Amino acid sequence: MFDFTTVSTWFHSLLTGVMPEWLAIGIECLIVLLFIIILYATLAIILIYAERKICAFFQCRIGPNRVGKWGVLQVFADVLKMLTKEIIKMRQSDRLLHDMAPYFVLVASFLTFSCIPWNKGLEILDFNVGAFFFISVSGIGVIGILLAGWASHSKYPMIGAMRSGAQLISYELSIGMTMLVVILLNGSMQLSEIVQQQADYGWNIVRGHVPAVLAFLIYLVAGNAECNRGPFDLPEAESELTAGYHTEYSGMHFGFFYLAEYLNLFICGAMAATIFLGGWAPFYIQGADGFNSVMAAIPGFVWFFAKAFFVVFLLMWIRWTFPRLRIDQLLTLEWKYLMPLSMINIVLMALVVCFGLTIN
Amino acid sequence: MEKRNYFSGVGHALKSLTIGLKTSIKVFFEHDETEQYPENRKTLHFSDRNRFCLEMIHNERNEHHCVACGLCQMACPNGSIHVYSEMVETPDGKKKRQLVKYEYNLGQCMFCNLCVRACPHDAIRFNQDFENAVFDKSKLIMQLNHPGSHLEEKPKPAPAPRPAAPAQPAAQSAAAPAKPAVAPAKPVAQATEAKADAAQPKAASTASPAQAVKPAAETPSVKPASEAASPASEDINKES
Repeated sequence: MFDFTTVSTWFHSLLTGVMPEWLAIGIECLIVLLFIIILYATLAIILIYAERKICAFFQCRIGPNRVGKWGVLQVFADVLKMLTKEIIKMRQSDRLLHDMAPYFVLVASFLTFSCIPWNKGLEILDFNVGAFFFISVSGIGVIGILLAGWASHSKYPMIGAMRSGAQLISYELSIGMTMLVVILLNGSMQLSEIVQQQADYGWNIVRGHVPAVLAFLIYLVAGNAECNRGPFDLPEAESELTAGYHTEYSGMHFGFFYLAEYLNLFICGAMAATIFLGGWAPFYIQGADGFNSVMAAIPGFVWFFAKAFFVVFLLMWIRWTFPRLRIDQLLTLEWKYLMPLSMINIVLMALVVCFGLTIN
Repeated sequence: MEKRNYFSGVGHALKSLTIGLKTSIKVFFEHDETEQYPENRKTLHFSDRNRFCLEMIHNERNEHHCVACGLCQMACPNGSIHVYSEMVETPDGKKKRQLVKYEYNLGQCMFCNLCVRACPHDAIRFNQDFENAVFDKSKLIMQLNHPGSHLEEKPKPAPAPRPAAPAQPAAQSAAAPAKPAVAPAKPVAQATEAKADAAQPKAASTASPAQAVKPAAETPSVKPASEAASPASEDINKES
């Protein structure tokens, strides 16, 4: 498996050869920043297009097909439209908070985005409490949504934001507990280490069998809720709240919410791929060496993206199948079903690890 | 709703969620229903029951069935049909109502089909031409009878005893109310003639038996009224 650290160390030594180290690190930071932004934008475009197409297929439609071949340029047209739209300033709203809210959501999204290990040795934020960091920064998004609702000074955004707060805080518990299951299994909170272990010992979902599969399912449900996506899209339930917390936003401020929503979807999928489906680790079958060498020839980031988009497809499948829940049903599902289940699941995984019942 | 306990509720939920997911993934791989309209004009298919625009049925000899009786005009709740007719004298001295102009206002039509039902001769029908948008309201007022068209001459049945009647079931049923007024005093041959030529009950009753028999002998082929609808008269709104 190709290790990206060889490239990064070579580049670092190249830079330090001609300039002081602080400058080299500064330049590297800028390159990383550029990389994140470009990847973020590209993924957003891919995801919005994929969502529209997949949604269409689930509804026996064709989806966008007028702008460019198969409508591939539709998203670019939408972005252009959104960039040229006026950003409305409302008299009654709290201007500072109102303008700040989308950036909170965006920053949370960027930070979680940076935690993802793309390839062996290709991680941006990677330290020994990576999983913990991931959960905590994803919580910043809630502040953005609550701020958006509060500062809009309008009833629908307020209701949407309150719902969103209740929902995200509740489902964060399930996400945290499913991550704990994985951390128990791998004995590490470092995301690169978790993936490395999966490359060595098999994917977590296989290695941890029953509790891992359960955790994966809980993660899918809770992840969908964390992304504010149907059937948990109460914060923006368009039939009841017009657009929920971003009702009063226009132009690119709305665009940021939109962008963050889709990127959160990808991050959700990518994190599921990282902690359950082996991240960049290729698919191995024990004993079949010829097959394994073919699999190993496929670069890690291809594996990673394939798995992430597979999970994204699962999430879209769920979204376009189930009707929206009521707020009480939503909270019942979390507090009466998922929470106890994930607690039992942790105990189960602890027992599995304790008695060495993992499949290696 | 049936009350379930905690665990059977979970089981039931999982079961029904799986059914939902299975259904939607099946739909995912199904053929799309979307009609890509301007591109698929050639293959676009509508149900036969769609009613888009009224047309008068013309055969390939530019003949229609309208006898200008005005029943459709009376049946129309919106007043979107106007039948202009004139009385002409046929070469054999009969007075006959003839269609001059059949005016139809698509803009006022509500496609209720009452006119088609009222027509005793199946002279009009709704067609499948749906591209009726125009920039000028006056273009919605159409003349449905083609220029130069005239009434299709009904083939007269042979004066032979009975068998002529079953050959024209449509005409017979239309003529049914006219029959008792004509039949009693006349010989059998003329009674069947009256049935067949329902369009002109008056003419039939005044005509002598010899006159009535003559045209029937000239046109031996007997056509049911429904068959006369020809493909030659399809693009009716190109006229306007």
